[in-house]
Amino acid sequence: MASPLIEMREITKHFPGVLANDRVSLSLDAGEIVALLGENGAGKSTLMNVVYGLLSPDGGEVLMKGDTVHIRSPRQAIDLGIGMVHQHFMLVPPLTVTENIVLGNEPTRAVGAIDFKQAREDVREISRRYGLAVDPDAIVRDLPVGMQQRVEILKALYRGARVLILDEPTAVLTPQEVRELFEVVRSLVGEGLSVVFITHKLEEVMSIADRVVVMRDGRVVGETRPKDTDTAGLARMMVGREVVFRVEKKPSTSGSAILEIDDVRVLNERQLEAVKGVSFAVNAGEILALAGVSGNGQTELIEAITGLRKVAGGTMRLKGVDITHAAAREAIAAGLSHVPEDRHRRGLILEFNLMENIILGDHRQAPFAKHGVLNFVPITEVTRKRVADYDVRTPSELVKASALSGGNQQKLVLARELGRDPDLLVAAQPTRGLDVGAIEFVHNQILAERDKGKAVLLVSLELEEVQTLADRILIIFEGRIVKEFVAGEASDEELGYYMTGGGGDKLSAEGEEVMVPDGRADA
Amino acid sequence: MAELTRETLSKRVTGVLRELAVPLVSVAIAAAIGSVIMLVSGFDPLTAFAAMFKGAFGGGRQIGETMLRSTPLMFTGLAVAYGFRAGLFNIGAEGQLFMGGLSAAWLGIVLAGMPRPLNIVLMILAGAAIGAAWAFIPALLKAKVGAHEVITTMMFTYIGRYIVSWLVTGPLKAPGQIPQTNRLPVESTLPRLHEMLPFLTPSRVHFGFVIAVLLAMFVWWVLKYTSLGYESRAVGYNPFASETGGISVPATTIKALCISGALAGLAGVTEVMGVHLRLFDQFSAGFGFTGIAVALLAKNNPIGVIAAAILFGGLSAGGGTMQLEADVPQKVILIIQALIIFLVAAEQIARWVIGWTERKGVENAG
Repeated sequence: MASPLIEMREITKHFPGVLANDRVSLSLDAGEIVALLGENGAGKSTLMNVVYGLLSPDGGEVLMKGDTVHIRSPRQAIDLGIGMVHQHFMLVPPLTVTENIVLGNEPTRAVGAIDFKQAREDVREISRRYGLAVDPDAIVRDLPVGMQQRVEILKALYRGARVLILDEPTAVLTPQEVRELFEVVRSLVGEGLSVVFITHKLEEVMSIADRVVVMRDGRVVGETRPKDTDTAGLARMMVGREVVFRVEKKPSTSGSAILEIDDVRVLNERQLEAVKGVSFAVNAGEILALAGVSGNGQTELIEAITGLRKVAGGTMRLKGVDITHAAAREAIAAGLSHVPEDRHRRGLILEFNLMENIILGDHRQAPFAKHGVLNFVPITEVTRKRVADYDVRTPSELVKASALSGGNQQKLVLARELGRDPDLLVAAQPTRGLDVGAIEFVHNQILAERDKGKAVLLVSLELEEVQTLADRILIIFEGRIVKEFVAGEASDEELGYYMTGGGGDKLSAEGEEVMVPDGRADA
Repeated sequence: MAELTRETLSKRVTGVLRELAVPLVSVAIAAAIGSVIMLVSGFDPLTAFAAMFKGAFGGGRQIGETMLRSTPLMFTGLAVAYGFRAGLFNIGAEGQLFMGGLSAAWLGIVLAGMPRPLNIVLMILAGAAIGAAWAFIPALLKAKVGAHEVITTMMFTYIGRYIVSWLVTGPLKAPGQIPQTNRLPVESTLPRLHEMLPFLTPSRVHFGFVIAVLLAMFVWWVLKYTSLGYESRAVGYNPFASETGGISVPATTIKALCISGALAGLAGVTEVMGVHLRLFDQFSAGFGFTGIAVALLAKNNPIGVIAAAILFGGLSAGGGTMQLEADVPQKVILIIQALIIFLVAAEQIARWVIGWTERKGVENAG
């Protein structure tokens, strides 16, 4: 049998306090799509960063066509025909597509001037050959995300990649763009390229991969082919136990109104009205979901409720207390907890350790502080308890939050916000970017709050999540509540119809083309 | 706090060593490059460094001189470091220092005849207050309209310096030719340390050094163990998460820049009360600016500021001896100082050297 195109043997990589890769072996044949599946923090990206020369392994070796290679930099990886498209694109936004693609390998004329004519020709040629249509003169900044990703792929191809590593390529794409990406990947493989597809989404693995390698806790725990398994089987391998995709939900016993929003109007950064007179109430013991396509005023409304943005009109009450003009501190004091949609920007201070993150918002309250002096005895005690209660996996409470995986960071945010025992939980996109195991955990915690009689306002772009958790669903479109449903009353299609402006005064022609975010794991 | 088992203790020690590695290696590389420059210019670096060391630490008088020169740098280093921890670059410590010096020179005369301890306490509090006040307007502009503190504190430095220039040549000028204020009465001065520690005789080092060291420890404690310090660091790292957690970012910004200004003001107070005993145009040798370098070298750690200030004070004190005994121009000291700043700023160079020596060590051991 011929040697595989690339083979990783017993790769081991330590980070302080974490064994990210523990003797991981993986091989890839020409013309093959291998999905590397695992939860966040399983070690998938670490392994690929080793192959791409971004990290040097503590042990093990990489072979290409049977020969050992030492890849010390991305430059060497590129010379060996390895290309990588990162989760966060490495493009220069103000430059054109052509300029971005040839960056680092510019064709030059005699005196060293860049030959833009040649460059544009090269880009046209390569985009024709692989069927990746793109405008060579477009400015990258103006392109939609899916198109930017295509530029990244073209960049790798331009540099002569025969092996393409795609790190969570669908995380930022719309369902339509995902379908297009899959077509592109299939056509590349048709041209003889090999693709490593890093993901934690089971559906994607089933539809694109020839072979699946599953990682958990830094080790390879299994290898299979999509035709020999199903999503439940993959989930079991990935998480190491049975995953219940539909969380158990008792009927709600909704009580009195906790949060009352009355005709609230909020302006966005450009001083335009983003929330145009919204009224609703969230009751004790219920989860009210605010569903909508991103950018329809949800963010502004959440920021207004949590005291981060000024209210232009209307009133807001939390347990009867007027919080219309309350600052964040006063809203917290009134009984509000907030799981922000961007945990890196708003949820955590990544450079702070777990203790310092746990007390954020309560850092002036007893028992954590007395007369302005922090008392680390109760702080340590409470942190340890909450880390255990909310299953935050960490070597100690002294590590920085940045050292945790995405799922554990979100659990840390939950540990702080729910540990405060709030009356109202505002959860914005609480499972964004998380894997199935962590999503299940977060969903169960939110349900547990409801069952304790807390009021929950859930804002989500994922219909799957809305349908799973909500007792009542409000559809927000262009800053207005356009429809209310009771849980189970509406299908995904109906929700999508209203989310995209159907049923309102602006009945759009695209009513049929409802964007339904694909369920990540509905088995 | 975690129990101090042997393991966590050793982890902490390794952690501290790692923190120290970059500054120490940077200083070593700077000395090495300085040596090459001396060799190329025809001087013997060993003789020069020996003379410099002798001039900085060779005896009681020399040690006293190093302490004297490090004192204002400790205050300004702390000032800049506190600002940095809150995400603020107080480039105007020099202006706050001038205002602190001005308040001491004026108040010291006004308080003539009062008991010395009372005068010292009042003059220190007043100097800190006016330093804070001098930072308050830039702080307010930053918090309310987002005006960048690098511009505004710098502009306030010019205002402060010119106010002092005008006062020492006009309204506050002492009789005589020289533009300076009246000499402070003894009850308005800081005691010299050799009065308590005779071995420092005859250096001019004063009680301000002790205040600076104690204050550095206090600032360390404030940053780590108080809600105020916690909020400052939180805003410095991530203002958005701080805001979400209920911290007022504008209020914290104002507090932090005013604290920074108060610390810088004390540098001026102690220079006037301990060294010059009066105010004149040139009473600060750019201490506010060197404080930026001290903070950088200390990586904004208040305890590190003590060490970094003593290093810079020692370089300055030893420079004279180096010129006298080894015939090496004192300007070489400035080159070495610049190299240290350069290397600390370009941290990656030191990290690369550390990584290289560690690999060498492993290979040799294997």
